[in-house]
Amino acid sequence: MPEQSLLSLTGISKRFGPNLVLDSVDFDLRAGEVHALLGENGAGKSTLIKILSGAYKPDRGRMLISGAEYRPTGPLDGRRQGIAVIYQELNLAPHLTVEENIMLGQEESRLGLVNRNKNLEKIKKVLEFLCHPEISPGIPVRKLSVGARQVVEIARALASQARILVMDEPTSSLSQEDTRRLFEIIRKLRAEGVGIIYISHFLEEVLEIADRFTVLRDGKVAGRGLIQETSVEELIQLMIGRRISELFPRLPHQPGEVVLRCSGLRSVRMSRPVDLELRRGEILGVAGLVGAGRTEFLRALFGLDRLEEGLVMVAGQKFRPSHTAVSIECGLGMLSEDRQVEGLAVRMSLADNLTLSRLKPYLRAGFLNGRKQKAAASEWMDRVNIKARSPEQKLWTLSGGNQQKVALARLLHQEAEVFLLDEPTRGIDVMSKAQIYELMGRLAADNKAVIFVSSYLPELLGVADRIAVFHRGQLVEVRPAADWTEAGLMKAAITGRESDPVVSGERP
Amino acid sequence: MKITGSALKKIAGLAGPFVGLILVITIFSFMPEVSDRFLNLANIKSVATQSVIVALCALGMTLIIVSGGIDLSAASNLALSCVLVAYAINLGMPPLLAALVGVAAGGTVGLLNGFLITRLRLVPFIVTLGMMGIARGLAKWVAKNQKIDAPLSWLNELMVRSPRPSWLLVSPGIWLMILFSLVMAVLLRKTVFGRHALAIGSNELTARLCGVRTDRVKVAVYTISGLLCGLAGVMEFSRLTVGDPTVAMGLELDIIAAVVIGGGSLSGGEGSILGTLVGVFIMAFLRNGCTMMGWPNYFQEIIIGAIIIAAVTLDRLRHRQE
Repeated sequence: MPEQSLLSLTGISKRFGPNLVLDSVDFDLRAGEVHALLGENGAGKSTLIKILSGAYKPDRGRMLISGAEYRPTGPLDGRRQGIAVIYQELNLAPHLTVEENIMLGQEESRLGLVNRNKNLEKIKKVLEFLCHPEISPGIPVRKLSVGARQVVEIARALASQARILVMDEPTSSLSQEDTRRLFEIIRKLRAEGVGIIYISHFLEEVLEIADRFTVLRDGKVAGRGLIQETSVEELIQLMIGRRISELFPRLPHQPGEVVLRCSGLRSVRMSRPVDLELRRGEILGVAGLVGAGRTEFLRALFGLDRLEEGLVMVAGQKFRPSHTAVSIECGLGMLSEDRQVEGLAVRMSLADNLTLSRLKPYLRAGFLNGRKQKAAASEWMDRVNIKARSPEQKLWTLSGGNQQKVALARLLHQEAEVFLLDEPTRGIDVMSKAQIYELMGRLAADNKAVIFVSSYLPELLGVADRIAVFHRGQLVEVRPAADWTEAGLMKAAITGRESDPVVSGERP
Repeated sequence: MKITGSALKKIAGLAGPFVGLILVITIFSFMPEVSDRFLNLANIKSVATQSVIVALCALGMTLIIVSGGIDLSAASNLALSCVLVAYAINLGMPPLLAALVGVAAGGTVGLLNGFLITRLRLVPFIVTLGMMGIARGLAKWVAKNQKIDAPLSWLNELMVRSPRPSWLLVSPGIWLMILFSLVMAVLLRKTVFGRHALAIGSNELTARLCGVRTDRVKVAVYTISGLLCGLAGVMEFSRLTVGDPTVAMGLELDIIAAVVIGGGSLSGGEGSILGTLVGVFIMAFLRNGCTMMGWPNYFQEIIIGAIIIAAVTLDRLRHRQE
């Protein structure tokens, strides 16, 4: 080996009950490199990181830092030995100041009294190095933007003299501008000889920032190599183990008669009324920036927000969506963008969640038949590929992808005619995504209709028949998917008009 | 009958409160001072009779807590009903009609709670805290701030220890408690209404997304609970033979404690009728045992306080294991 490894893991294995989560994984990190750790949700990345940080103990395998045996007794010990992990959800105390957060647990002090001057000096140096001297050490962290909070978290790692930095999905909640600045910081750290393990689902970003990659699949190393010699397609293929063209399976379907028509629909949360038609056997994609009114439109349609004006017609039946009970009765079904908060009752069982919107089939003389309900839930588990031990399992014990399939199965079970899906693939693994795309295709082929809201343009282009764009609370354009390009969609979402060139200062 | 894994789990879930109950009973039956008197039929009957009033209220409270709410007005509601029964009898109403007046008054207070919570979008804690004062005040107003005497009638035999037709074995109050426990258990576990109440307590947003008429369900939940408090008020009148507006002061906390000891979660979505009943009996046997031992009142209060904390801690531990 030309350079000595900063960190080297050999033959790491970890078992949870019957599941072999990591199966003799090798991994190495050099000083001054960014090494991307890739894999689907559940591939074993988090477990590997937790072993590295000292939160878990490996069943087998060796870890070396700069050639010396590394056996952390816990996360604190790992930290002391130079490993800092920056998790997806940031670990800062919102009420404490920037200074207090950075120095937490490593305060410069004499006789128990905090030596503030020394602390401030150290913080100033670190923040300057990170190109963020404008962050004032005195303000509470809760007043900072997400991007700035991340800088604070990195500053904390640097202040503790970490040599190895693990970043878990660092850009998932950052704006483009903040992401760019973060990359500058990463490059600077790399030049200083820090080793960085970079975990991300955004492969384009990985190609931009990383030097090498290791892909985990089902707890094993599926591939590794130099970033320069690979492509997004190859990485995805390594992650999911099959060709990317299979990711957007196109089941043949033909748009038929109009099944949904909404005229002048406007809720208290929308600025302009929306008119729209949807046909049977059609998937309508909805694009737009976050907050552009996509979700508000779905919620109005489904009767979740108070209505100001407008009517909806589903399958020939006109109604005012005043309550979800009415909309469901008329054949609508909605998947919420937020699984945890709204979409699912995670402390209830899988069977209860799946059947809640239509309990009628399990009634006999007015009483619920629990056995029949569970049997039905088991059947749906097979049909939509939900991996769970039993229909009585509490939902929070399932992975994100499986939870989402329960939420979708609920709509199928309630026999909806029109499916309103708000960000159905958010935060789930690639395999589950592919299955959800396939399900949408199957629905269209079965003469149902789907409205599919997404922020991820490739999936809209790959799955939808037509795509509508929302901009500033208004539906600005609907066209066949074939007439859209990713750039065109982006432009329409940002400026509100696709055909005209962007003129600075112009507002539609 | 085949015992499935899930059935076993349910039994294990109830085991905590049950173990507590058995422990309380065992400890007192081995105390030399009371051992001969504690576990005999007469004493058990008397403990059961004493439990009727708390149990009836706790049945309704279980429904409310499962649906994510709370009712601080339960005991005041009971007192109002108790006073109104005496008042109605003094007006010359037949006993049955007077009892119905008490139950209906309880239902009205519950309905009002439900309306205020759903229409004004106020938290149940605040609404029922207000209602606690209003109902208590009304009770005192109706009774002109003193006890209302009423002529004896068959109503006063609902809570006697030895029932008149002796084939009843135990007092009619106990039979009512058993009957309504069964009704409530079926309502909670076996009906769409019960499932909807549970879903609202577990996650109200999800319930709405699934087309549950959350407001209607909540109003019904508070009304049902109010009716049961009204019935408890009738039982209280039966026991006291007078309408006392100051009766059951602070009893709402005992009622809530029974539900919590029985596995109910104040954040909603969890709780069972059987668990609640066990909770009621744990407290009743404890009070009874302590009194028999001649221990002072404050001793009981400390023990019950400790049991509430222990029960919730055990519950938390059990959940972590899941």
